[in-house]
Parts: sequence; structure tokens; C-alpha cells
Amino acid sequence: MSRLAVPKTYKLYVGGTFPRSESGRVYEVVGASGDFLANVAKASRKDARDAVVAARSALSGWSKATGYNRGQVLYRIAELLEGRRAQFVAEIVSIEGVTVAAATAQVDEAIDRWIWYAGWADKYVQVAGNANAVSGPFFNLSVPEATGVVAIIAPQDSSLLGFVSAVAPALVAGNTVVVVASERLPLSAVSLSEVLATSDVPGGVVNILTGSPAEIAPWLASHADVNALDLVGAGDLDWVSLQIAAAETLMRVFPPENGPDAAAPSLERITAFTETKTVWHTKSLL
Amino acid sequence: MSFLEYAPAPESTALLNLQSEYGLFINGEFTAGSDPTFSTISPATEKHIATIASASTGDVDAAVAAARAAYDSTWSRLSGRDRGKYLFRIARLVQERARELAVAESLDNGKPIKESRDVDVPLVAAWFFYYAGWADKLDHAGLGANPRALGVAAQVIPWNFPLLMLAWKIAPALAAGNTVVLKPAETTPLTALLFAEIVQQAGLPAGVVNIITGAGATGRALVNHPDVNKVAFTGSTSVGREIARSLAGTPKKLTLELGGKGANIVFDDAPIDQAVEGIVRGIFFNQGHVCCAGSRLLVQENIHDEVVERLKVRMATLRVGDPLDKNTDVGAINSAEQLQRIRELSDIGDAEGAERWSPACELPSDGFWFAPTIFTNVATSSRIARDEIFGPVLSILTFRTPAEAIAKANNTPYGLSAGIWSDKGSKILAVADKLRAGVIWANTFNQFDPASPFGGYKESGYGREGGKQGLTAYLAPAAKATAAARIAPAVKAVSAAKAKSASAAKGGKK
Repeated sequence: MSRLAVPKTYKLYVGGTFPRSESGRVYEVVGASGDFLANVAKASRKDARDAVVAARSALSGWSKATGYNRGQVLYRIAELLEGRRAQFVAEIVSIEGVTVAAATAQVDEAIDRWIWYAGWADKYVQVAGNANAVSGPFFNLSVPEATGVVAIIAPQDSSLLGFVSAVAPALVAGNTVVVVASERLPLSAVSLSEVLATSDVPGGVVNILTGSPAEIAPWLASHADVNALDLVGAGDLDWVSLQIAAAETLMRVFPPENGPDAAAPSLERITAFTETKTVWHTKSLL
Repeated sequence: MSFLEYAPAPESTALLNLQSEYGLFINGEFTAGSDPTFSTISPATEKHIATIASASTGDVDAAVAAARAAYDSTWSRLSGRDRGKYLFRIARLVQERARELAVAESLDNGKPIKESRDVDVPLVAAWFFYYAGWADKLDHAGLGANPRALGVAAQVIPWNFPLLMLAWKIAPALAAGNTVVLKPAETTPLTALLFAEIVQQAGLPAGVVNIITGAGATGRALVNHPDVNKVAFTGSTSVGREIARSLAGTPKKLTLELGGKGANIVFDDAPIDQAVEGIVRGIFFNQGHVCCAGSRLLVQENIHDEVVERLKVRMATLRVGDPLDKNTDVGAINSAEQLQRIRELSDIGDAEGAERWSPACELPSDGFWFAPTIFTNVATSSRIARDEIFGPVLSILTFRTPAEAIAKANNTPYGLSAGIWSDKGSKILAVADKLRAGVIWANTFNQFDPASPFGGYKESGYGREGGKQGLTAYLAPAAKATAAARIAPAVKAVSAAKAKSASAAKGGKK
């Protein structure tokens, strides 16, 4: 007799907890062969707003943590992912219908990318900031720091790697994020939330919504407490309307990207979610 | 004659050699505009200075076409070294004609000659000199080897620092290899047109710099022109928002320097005399027509009365009057429209229960004037504590702890500037860390330098001007060609947006 499997309930991840959608809605996620895989929570406008509240609450602590600390926290995510490779590979095989080798390659690259970004946390300030030789008796320093709450529409054609590629760089500088997972391929994002919950990432730093990006994105784009909007995975949405909505609060907006190189790892993706602060201080004339 | 009375000491306007009428500067030559001309006046006397052309949509097309042709045929093929040499020439020409530019600026804008002469124009020269040196060093700008220019830059600037804002826009754009079409503000076109003469004297290839004058419709046509690659705007948050909306879905790179409601925080351990000077510099410099003005004074409660008392004594020595007088501290309000706004908001301050105080000073009968003003007993919810007044009006609030000062300072949708006054360095650095503002002045205020990035958080806009950051606003990485190919096609969406902005532009013309 074969053992009867215990399926998982796929829920949202908001403020470090796993609520169902307040709307009570779910949607059916099917595998590559059309078989039923899970009923995944279908987030509502209210869930999106709750996620923004959670992200805003977590911002002060996360953005003021030292770069060394944030680097270690991000590295710890990679450590835990490494231990759960089999789970992610199995989920990707079932939902994307790819080979085990292809799924393994995706998971491995996702882990390695976390590590690459983790290493930037205590360095991007040195590379992107500078001392300024001004004409006068002043100490003058420009440093990049977190923009604030970043809403992300994750790449829609990738289970794990696209999600990680979009989320990790925003976290490096101390932003907190509300991310809408791939609608068709949400399982890895939900499983990643379970990794995040058991790692050292403070609750609210990463908030993950599953459901319809077309439904949720307009609420995030018009939310006055969101500072930046990454539309990397919004290519199939009416993203120009989202950008127009975001202009109301001068939100920083980054356009959709397509193809295998979407959200490729770069320092630019880190600095895109930073603000340069320049501090002048007088020097006495001795 | 008492201690504070001086004989008039007006700067001579004899060295000005103004034309009676100015055309549009397109493709290296002045040409007549197609729309009806307008008059630029001195805000201190309301007297006509010169007749100015107004650029029609067709003129905007011609200017952008000239910039595109110059980019394709000349400027993008020139070595960085030669671009730099042109910019060095411009810097020197500005220095040579510095006094003339300062007089013209004070005449047209109403700012005191001591500011245009000692701040605006020297910074203009410094800005060109600084970015001139960058032109052949772009590999070190932080975008990797061989970064490329964006193409044609559309630049729209405000009236508060007419020539300085021109320098902030044109110098980095040209150094990075772009060509430009710049529109100065309607009320202050004069120095931009003198700058066009400097461009001619420098022998800059035709079409690299084009200057078109006109009102909002001209600016709107310029930023929405389909052949523009970069838009840089300095001005109000509401116009910035409109531009961000109309550029949605286009590949145009956008930087915005918008409004502010800067907090100037004075702790009880501050050197009070210096702080009072800084408060005055923060809000009365340039009649308070400064986006980064320290327009909200946050003073620690236990020293509130003392600071206000000393501030009043200091304000009583401010000399308000003829902008061309070398002894003038506070000049004229730039326009009747701006004066109206300052009066309205100040009246709201009265109505909301704040206490208004101004030193006794006699204001000229002609022109636009507003006495330096402070409001005490201001509530955080008051309009004068939230809205940008853009005039010589200071709202004074109190706090008890550093945490309260930080919370109040950040309690604004803006995030451009802030000041901190304290003798305790560790406190300054801790507070600076927590302020959400792009420029923070510690024990000083309103300092500007071409090497120092300037720009805001939140609704004060995005992008930086000045420094390496200001240069990269006009550059793309060499690899961006492939990155551009990654950007999702948005043909449908873009055409929808164009339809929208077209209808918005129509609405604007009504």
C-alpha cells in the first residue's frame, strides 16, 4: 500500500504570518499536464493594503540594520533554500513540466543569486556613494539609502528564479517589499515564504501575495504609502496605466522586462531602489 | 542718517546691452517665434525690459529637429575632450560676462544683486567648469566603460534661479554628449537669451543648444515631443506629476526636481547666533523662492522664545528693496501671481490661528513685494506648515525630543532638504540618518556646489543634479542596448497613453 500524501495549503505571507485571503477566495493552480495541484489564495485589495501596512511597519528596522547584518540575513535565506532544494525542484517539475535537471538548475541559480546579492549589502554604499570635494569648508558625503516600500510584480514566466531576481536586489539596500507572485506559477513563491518565515528575515520585510496581478497591481500603484513600483513582470498587464497611477505620488517606476535576461543580476537593480542623501557639515576654520 | 541707513548704491545697468526684442535660439541663430510675443518685466518696477518670442508647436518641432540633427551629425561624433573644451570655453565666457549676467538676472528676476553676483553667476561658471572636466572621463561615471549619451534632452526650468538652473541642466547634458532644447520660465527668459549669445561666442556647433521661450503650452509641447530622449524638469510638484503621467509608457528618461517644505531643526545645544543666521539664509535667501528653503523652523521648546526674539532682532536689519542696490538683502517677489499665492497662504495662516510678525519696513509702491514674515504658534496640520509657500514666510513649530523633531520633519509628502543645528556631532549624524531628505545641511543651510548631488525623496521628485549622480542622469550604460531589447513591447499601451496625453494637451490649451 502506498502512503497517502498530505497536501499543503498555499496561503499569503503578510507581516510574517500566513493568512488566507480576507476575501475568502482561492484559485486553482494546475500542473503542466493540466492536473490539479493546489487551491492558492487569491489576494484582494484589502490584502494588498494589509501588506503595505506590514511593509511600512518593518521598514525602519530593516533599513537601519547594518549592511553586515542584512547581508547575513540574506545569506541565511540561501542556506535554508539549499536544504530544501528537493522540495523546490519537485514543485517546479510539477508546475512547469520541465525536467529535473532544468528545475535543479533554476533552484541552484536562485540560491547562488541570493548569495551574490547578500554580498552587496555592505558594499553598494561604497560603490554608489561618494565624498564630494566642494568649494568651501565643508565635509560633504553622498550615500545611497533605501527608497522605502517597494511593490513588485514578479516575473510571470518563472517559478523561483524570476521571483528571487526581482525581490533580492530590492532587499539589499533595506527596502521592504510587497510582491505579487506569478499568477500561473505561484507555488515556489509560497514555499519561499515558508523559508523566509523560518530564516532571520523580520516579519513584514517581504510580503507575498498570490492571485491576479491585473487585479492587485492597480491598488499598489495608487497606494500613497508605496515609494517604488517594479513592473518587471507586468509586461502582459496594462502597465502604462499603472505607471500613470503611480505618477500621482511621484512613485519611482521601473518598466517591464521580457525574456530570459529579465531582472538579470546587476548593481543597477540595487541602486534603482535607493535615494542619494547628501549631508553637508561645516568645518571650522583653524 | 542712523546706523542702519545707507545711501542708495545701485549697480549700474550701463554694461547691459539688451536687444529690444528676442527671438527663439534655434540651430545657432535667433529666429522669430510663430506665436504672439510677450513682455518680460522687472518685478521690482513692473517696467518692460524686452519683448520675447513665444514658441509654437511648429517652433518646438524645429528646435527638436535642430537638436537631433546636431546630435547625429556633430555632437555625438565629437570626442569627449573636444566637448569638454567647448564647456570650458562657456565657463570662461560666463566668468568674463559675470557682472552683466548678474545685473540682467537681478533686473529680470528681482533677486538682490549681491546674490546674483556672489551666488548665482559664480555657481553657473563653476557648474560648466566642473562638468567640462567630466566630458572625457565618462568611463568613471559609474556606469562601466563607454557609457552612451541619451540623445536629445528636453529641459524646462523655473524662474527662481533662471541662469543657475540653466547651467544645472545644460552642463551635464552636454558633457555626457547630449544635445538640448531648453525652455526658460516665462517670467525670466532674459539670462537664457544672453546665454544663447555666449553659446555663439563659444562657437558651439549649431543646434547643440537650442533655447525656446514661451509659457506652459510650449513646455508641454517640448516634453511630449516624440523625438526627445530625455526630459529634465525643475518646478512645481503638480507640473512634475503631469509630466510623469504624460511620459508613462515612453522610453524617455525622466528626472524631476520639484517642491519642498524643508525642516530646519534647531536643538538647544546649537550655537544660537549661527543658527539665527542659518534660519535667515534658509528662508529669506532669494525671497524664499527656493525649492529647498528651510520653510519650517523646528526649534526645541526650551529655546523657542530666545530664538524667536533673536530672529526678530536680526530680521529688523534686513534691507528690503531695489534688487540692484548692493545693500539689498531681500528683493522683489518674482511675479504678481506668486505674490498673490504668498498673500493667500499667509492669510490662511492668520485664519488658522498662527501669529504673524514682520519687521517694520517700507515697501516700494511699484512692483511686487512681501516683507520677511514669520509665523509662530503654527500647528503641524496648518496649511502654512504643509504647503510650499515659495516666499519669504517662515512657519515656526516646536519639539521636545530628537525623536519628535525627526517625526515632524518627515511629516510631509516632500523630501528635498533639511537643516540640523547642534554642537553635538553624534546627534547631528544620528538625526541626519533618519531624515527622509535628499540634501541635509548641518550647521549651515542653502549651500550648493557642482560636485554635490542635489535632489529629493518622495514627492520632491527623482534623480539628482550635481556631482557624478547628476552626470549619470544623462547617460546610459553601453550594455543598455541589450537591456532596451529586454523591455517589454508596449505598442498597444503606448499608443493608448499617447491618445490620453494628446487629449490632456488639448485640454490644457483651452
